[in-house]
Amino acid sequence: MNLQDDFDARLAADRKIEPRDWMPEKYRKTMIRQIAQHAHSEIIGQQPEGNWITRAPTLKRKAILMAKVQDEAGHGLYLYSAAETLGVSRDELMDMLHTGRQKYSSIFNYPTLSWADMGAVGWLVDGAAITNQVMLTRTSFGPYARAMIRICKEESFHQRQGYEIMLTLCNGTEAQKAMAQDALDRWWWPSLAMFGPPDAESTHTAQSVAWKIKRETNDELRQKFVDMTVPQAEILGLTIPDPDLVWDADAEHYRFGEIDWDDFWQVVKGDGPCNRERIAHKVKAWEDGAWVREAAVEHAKRAASTTKLAAGGAAL
Amino acid sequence: MSPLLTYVLRHADDNLIVAQRLGELIASMPDLEEDIAVANVGLDHLGQARHFYDYASELDPDSRDEDQFAMERSEREFLNATLVEQPNGDFAQTQMRQFLLDAYQVPLYEAMTASDDARLAAISAKAVKEARYHLERSSAWVVRLGAGTPVSHEKISQAVEYLWPYAGDLFYADDVEEGLAASGVAVDPATVRPTFDATVADVFASANLSVPDDPYARMGGRTGFHTEHLGHLLPEMQSLYRAHPGATW
Repeated sequence: MNLQDDFDARLAADRKIEPRDWMPEKYRKTMIRQIAQHAHSEIIGQQPEGNWITRAPTLKRKAILMAKVQDEAGHGLYLYSAAETLGVSRDELMDMLHTGRQKYSSIFNYPTLSWADMGAVGWLVDGAAITNQVMLTRTSFGPYARAMIRICKEESFHQRQGYEIMLTLCNGTEAQKAMAQDALDRWWWPSLAMFGPPDAESTHTAQSVAWKIKRETNDELRQKFVDMTVPQAEILGLTIPDPDLVWDADAEHYRFGEIDWDDFWQVVKGDGPCNRERIAHKVKAWEDGAWVREAAVEHAKRAASTTKLAAGGAAL
Repeated sequence: MSPLLTYVLRHADDNLIVAQRLGELIASMPDLEEDIAVANVGLDHLGQARHFYDYASELDPDSRDEDQFAMERSEREFLNATLVEQPNGDFAQTQMRQFLLDAYQVPLYEAMTASDDARLAAISAKAVKEARYHLERSSAWVVRLGAGTPVSHEKISQAVEYLWPYAGDLFYADDVEEGLAASGVAVDPATVRPTFDATVADVFASANLSVPDDPYARMGGRTGFHTEHLGHLLPEMQSLYRAHPGATW
């Protein structure tokens, strides 16, 4: 059996592809691109939520939010490690992020303008992410699938926390309810767009499904998310900002309006409300930290040579 | 305010204010590991603050809860030492502030575990484990930066120079500490100082740093006479809470 046949047979048998296994170069590149993009999203995703840590309205909410943002950094670390098994270093990936050669989820290019955004981001953005990630626990690349199992557990916790913030606001004062509705109005459509372009226009979907990287298509996942989320909005007493939203009893699905793909592509291509500041912030932190990383390396080198000297001395 | 309530708030406020400062840094650290660490340490301090506020709430005649203590008091009512309200500055300043606080909190909490006050003993028994870990981390950074490159050495030296006078405020003692220490409840800060000094001498020696000999200390935090920095930190922290009086979050 040649290498390609062996790879195909493993996919067909639903066995995982592991880092030391032979894989087509395009599969490797696709996996690196996807895992890196996911890792970058976790890292950039710290910014919009980190934005409210210093202003969280209670100490309990502050603690929950800090823990959540910490989880995201942890997910990033975990995912960069998974990408590294494919023969790329974290420094290379960071550089690709900083220079715009790799992307992160466009959802983080929208600003968090009120406390309710901490609820809406958890409820909708994490909710959409989980819908996608539950599928990815069955993805064909082993390290990515295993990372997803752990990440999904924490993400579903975040999603519940976000929903709970919304619930508290919706049971609160008029101003709090208005804040919650405004957050839903702003995050609804970008959340639907998170699943990516429609299947018919998605450049990667067909190949990714064939490689069992994706197990469901963008449109299927989007539908699943809408079906799950609309009843939750009803419990909150909030209105989804879509006049075309309607329950299709025959299909047992919600039908929803047309996503503004021009807006989506504009944000993907770099002209969203926060693209520039998100990357600028990340690059600044990295550059400001250069002297710290250099000092750590220098000190480690010196400590290693001192240990060697000491060991050599002992041998003599 | 009873001496015990004052004492408890002094320690609650140290932890809340430093947690608030660390919270400002998330997603701005030199690498991913430090982003995780800064959140972790910040969360520990926030947790310690909440334990102290919890106890303060029981001692308070008005039964104010943790959020009322954190969000409804003004600058003059906060009782933290001036060290913790100092700005993050660069990475060296952040780590030096942390190191000075850790070098104080470890012996403080160790002594507090022997308090005749069961609540203080219980709170510090948990906190001391966290403080030891914080000290290990911040000491390692002070050494790395001090004995790293000429640039890092210069930056950490500047941080020592800037922060040293505020570290003195950690050891402020008045009737509150002295009275409660006499009755076996509080820790007399003077008894913590030798351990603090020894830790500083030890770590600074490994970091090629000299311990400043300037005896000046900027006191006042424990009685609400703060540096101007706190007046900027509090409005940010309290803005949302105060904009919606009586709301539940």
